[in-house]
Amino acid sequence: MTIRVRYFAGLREQIGRAEERLAFENLSCVADVWKAVCQGKPLPGNVLCAVNMEYAGADTPVSDGDEVAFFPPVTGG
Amino acid sequence: MLIEVRSDAFDPLAELSRYQDTSVPVTNVGALAVFVGTMRDYNEGSSVQKMMLEHYPGMTERQLRNIVDEARSRWPFDDALVIHRVGELFPADPIVLVAVWSSHRGTAFDACRHILEALKHRAPFWKKEVLEQGERWVETNTDGYAPALPPSP
Repeated sequence: MTIRVRYFAGLREQIGRAEERLAFENLSCVADVWKAVCQGKPLPGNVLCAVNMEYAGADTPVSDGDEVAFFPPVTGG
Repeated sequence: MLIEVRSDAFDPLAELSRYQDTSVPVTNVGALAVFVGTMRDYNEGSSVQKMMLEHYPGMTERQLRNIVDEARSRWPFDDALVIHRVGELFPADPIVLVAVWSSHRGTAFDACRHILEALKHRAPFWKKEVLEQGERWVETNTDGYAPALPPSP
């Protein structure tokens, strides 16, 4: 399966890239995606997640072709 | 209903007037509530020279639409307009415009306030401030203001 992973704002700067594509067979949820891109580290509580542009949790399932995004708390308005 | 994310500067009152003239059935609307957020030249004790506003294209518009639809299911207003800037902003530049037209002021005020507060908590925008000493991301959006809970659907 292939997952498009995107990062925004301060998290994008920390990770050092805006997006990437993961091709793994064992990604079942958002937390797995985070571990795959962060060398097994657990998902920090202050990182927000979205799957296909809707807010998601660490245990939200992912499937082939999904877009998963990670970002800091939002500060618009 | 119109929701727009823009990278160019806008004049909130001109946008309001243009939208109302072309889209709102004003003869049966008794109230218009408007909120305009503008950029300050200070934040948390520092002078801010400019600001970079980043967003998540696609998700931003979807979340704003969700927020306005949710407000409309709770308060039966007639129309709404939301415009939000992204990109490079300078002090006094308008950042956000939320306008709600309704038959009565209560619905207009409450829905406008709800849309703005929900936007600040859920729409994926991020602010980076440019100070004399360098740049910093704005970490949280709260300013001590605690909105009243909206009524249940």
